[in-house]
Amino acid sequence: MTQINVTVDGVKYVDNVEPRMLLVHYLREVVGKTGTPIGCDTSNCGACTVLMDGVSVKSCSVLAVQADGSDITTIEGLANGEWHPLQRAFNEEHALQCGYCTPGMIIAAADLLRDNPHPSEQEIRDGLEGNLCRCTGYQNIVRAVQRASEAGVTP
Amino acid sequence: MTAQAEAQQAPELGKARTRKEDARLVTGQTNWTDNIVLPGMLHMAFLRSPYAHARITSVDVSAAKQLPGVIAAFSGADFADEQGSLPCAWPVTEDIVIPAHPPMAVDEVRYVGEAVAVVIARTRYEAADAVEAIEIDYEPLPPVLDMRTALNEDSPKVHEAGNQSFDFVMPNGDLDAAFRDAPVVIERTYRQQRLIPSAMEPRAVVATAVGGEYTVWSATQVPHILRVMLALQTGIPEQAIRVIAPDVGGGFGSKLQVTAEEVLALLITRRLGRPVKWTESRSEGNMTVHHGRDQWQRIRIAADRDGRIRGLDVDLLADMGAYLMLVTPGVPILGAFMYPAIYKMDAYKFRCVGVFTTKMPTDAYRGAGRPEATFAIERIMDELADELGMDPLELRERNWIKHEEFPFTTVAGLTYDSGNYEAATARAKELFRYDELRKEQAERASRGDPVRLGLGISTFTEMCGLAPSRVVGSLAYGAGGWEHASIRMLPTGKVEVITGSSAHGQGHETAWSQIVADQLGVPFEDIRVLHGDTQISPRGLDTYGSRSLTVGGMALVAACDKVIEKAKVIAAGLIEASADDLEWSPGRFSVRGDPDKGVTIGEIALAVFFAHNTPEGVEPSIDAEATYDPDNFSFPHGTHLCATEVDTETGMVKIRSYVAVDDVGKVVNPLIVEGQVHGGVAQGIAQALFEEAVYDDAGNLLTTTLADYLVPSAADLPSFTTDRSESPAANRLGVKGVGEAGTIASTPAVVNAIVDALRPFGIDDVEMPCTPERVWRALQSAQNGGQGSAAERHEARQSNQTQGNSPQGAAPATGEAQQSGGVA
Repeated sequence: MTQINVTVDGVKYVDNVEPRMLLVHYLREVVGKTGTPIGCDTSNCGACTVLMDGVSVKSCSVLAVQADGSDITTIEGLANGEWHPLQRAFNEEHALQCGYCTPGMIIAAADLLRDNPHPSEQEIRDGLEGNLCRCTGYQNIVRAVQRASEAGVTP
Repeated sequence: MTAQAEAQQAPELGKARTRKEDARLVTGQTNWTDNIVLPGMLHMAFLRSPYAHARITSVDVSAAKQLPGVIAAFSGADFADEQGSLPCAWPVTEDIVIPAHPPMAVDEVRYVGEAVAVVIARTRYEAADAVEAIEIDYEPLPPVLDMRTALNEDSPKVHEAGNQSFDFVMPNGDLDAAFRDAPVVIERTYRQQRLIPSAMEPRAVVATAVGGEYTVWSATQVPHILRVMLALQTGIPEQAIRVIAPDVGGGFGSKLQVTAEEVLALLITRRLGRPVKWTESRSEGNMTVHHGRDQWQRIRIAADRDGRIRGLDVDLLADMGAYLMLVTPGVPILGAFMYPAIYKMDAYKFRCVGVFTTKMPTDAYRGAGRPEATFAIERIMDELADELGMDPLELRERNWIKHEEFPFTTVAGLTYDSGNYEAATARAKELFRYDELRKEQAERASRGDPVRLGLGISTFTEMCGLAPSRVVGSLAYGAGGWEHASIRMLPTGKVEVITGSSAHGQGHETAWSQIVADQLGVPFEDIRVLHGDTQISPRGLDTYGSRSLTVGGMALVAACDKVIEKAKVIAAGLIEASADDLEWSPGRFSVRGDPDKGVTIGEIALAVFFAHNTPEGVEPSIDAEATYDPDNFSFPHGTHLCATEVDTETGMVKIRSYVAVDDVGKVVNPLIVEGQVHGGVAQGIAQALFEEAVYDDAGNLLTTTLADYLVPSAADLPSFTTDRSESPAANRLGVKGVGEAGTIASTPAVVNAIVDALRPFGIDDVEMPCTPERVWRALQSAQNGGQGSAAERHEARQSNQTQGNSPQGAAPATGEAQQSGGVA
């Protein structure tokens, strides 16, 4: 077991974890952040995307021990008193149906807008290529990211 | 009647309400089955067969049991006496072969991924470790992988009874007469590749047994059906089982199932007396979630030279996989009714042979039988148009049912209640700029542009809203088609709506609130919709087949009627008037001629809570429930047009524009309807261009991950132009289903567009998925004379017409008789 110090959604945690434990399992099963779901086991779907020191990572592709000393933001920590503009935009544009990909999609979109605050439709599509959605056909996700972009997102 | 008319015109219906369920879904406050943690909960992990077909000679779990944290380990033999056989609820013929299907294999395995042993451990990591320590020996048997040769005498057998499950025939009209002397007969064979539904949430189940009472949480579309089936399967009394479908992350038919893992979780929690959980990995799921499609379709059409269709002859081979699951054999049979589509014709014959192979069973996947049917008819309509030298839209128009002819009974025996194919098509053509694009296509072809433009058409309809119990019963479907709803009027004037539908992304909490708001005149915000828990919603038939609105939504209306009826008696007492003198306008009763004298539905709800002054002899409640069984299926339709740019040098296909004009009748929530169309179209495009479940020669699934099985990303898809035309359905809300329409429509639109671009090269088919390699190979093959010149093709067709005998009694042709499609 290895001791790690991690800040998750503004709260500090000190835990002993198996070296092989994935960050997503640490978040879900040790910290209790079940808002971050798991959609695959080959890092293709992006459902488990979180921000690690402000940059999006697929938390199934990071070991918990690699997150030692880092600051993690999950979908549960994105709202700051009120919904994040992306959360609002996803609701307003009907950018989710079953909602399983939504946490990862919103986090990935937040990172995209940090890099490129005013992306074109194609830039949004390319930027979210690592996150799969089976329900929406992506059109409303693109609209939601455009809407949040127009509202001016600061991550 | 006035009240009803007003209710239907009330503002909630048609309003683009944002969804209530989003509040938890966008903030991560979700309740997926995998989130559930119970005190003392254990984790299950399965050992699965690495062979497509093998005899199990020994299983030893003793070493696994010695590992840290392992509570128990079992083989199939340990549950042989109690695990039963997984249910098939749709025996489509009287002599259908339904082989035993033990949840955990005991003697023989018949597909890669079939469960053979299970470990139960304290953590999921410990369970996964211990699975590796199970010792198991197999004696390999020959796999059966191609349904086209599986029926040969010398084929190895999947089951002792042989490889044929059923032979279903449905003749309508005099087919011989229709084909005899027909001036034009075209025959094609199309391949419906095997697909993996790929809901984003993997399957998961949690089961617990406390004092003889069992609770099963499952990522299922069908908690009510699952409860009944678990009781029948395990012998546990139905009243002792509660099934909960919490938040469920998509289904597309894949969670319309009673799975081995659900049954075993229940049996194991009973045996161990502790809660157990199982969540699949994606790799495990791709192998063991039921697959979809997988058919060979031979279709023959007979027509007059002016384009009038005389008859249609359809002969299918459908791959069942290794076993029949919940509705496996019914899937192609649902398609049987849809081959004639929107067209008038004299005769139609459908035949389907269900075949066993050593692969994962197939079952319902978005559209279930209807996408396959729509693909074949819409593809061959384009072939017929080409043969006749006619514009494919003109050919369709010549044959379709005209809007003034509804209700119309088709050659397949369905009565379409409503539709307006002219209106949908006219709107789609306008949005698509059809005539302009045809000009551009001709211009680019004439200058030899290496990137060719192709226009694809799909004027689809479908039958959904499964549906009248008597009709589905006559098709041997093992359940009814009704739906249930109840309304609880709370003393504070708020409303709880309990529905038997079980949403997993469809937005029922929002749309059902809108319907009830209009019916009862209660604010949208004051309504809460409950679903997916058999203890809260004891009666229901769940969500699949685009049935929730047309059946479940109508059950809400029926329950609201009863609330109003009961409330009227109470209202009469409260305002001391005769019930006959009361008028209902949504939300309030008032005395006819004295509108100021009245009482609201909320006041009535409070009055029955106190029950101080309610009329004597009248039950002090205005709660009501209703079960609704429709008279007919629902028949949404539409016209989808797709423009593709096909690079003849690389084989790359790009969708340039896609227009979908859908007629789903009256719309409850346009935001949700548009979302369903987007997602449906995307899934149909995915079949056309990207997705295929591939097994190797030994029966190993090669597409176990999302890197190999190509669910499209945002970068792979275009934006769609959507619009609606509207011919109200013959139900009180005027609504039709929408869940599957996009998927049914889009696949043939895309492939028709690709073929349309490549026709000048002598190509008249590209097998799906139309990958760059397949398109490129089709072009190479055509240039090397494989598909022949257009002139040669024409000649081949002429000679083919003379061979146009009915295939009665013979096994379906499997491609070798076909002069086209040389890219298989």
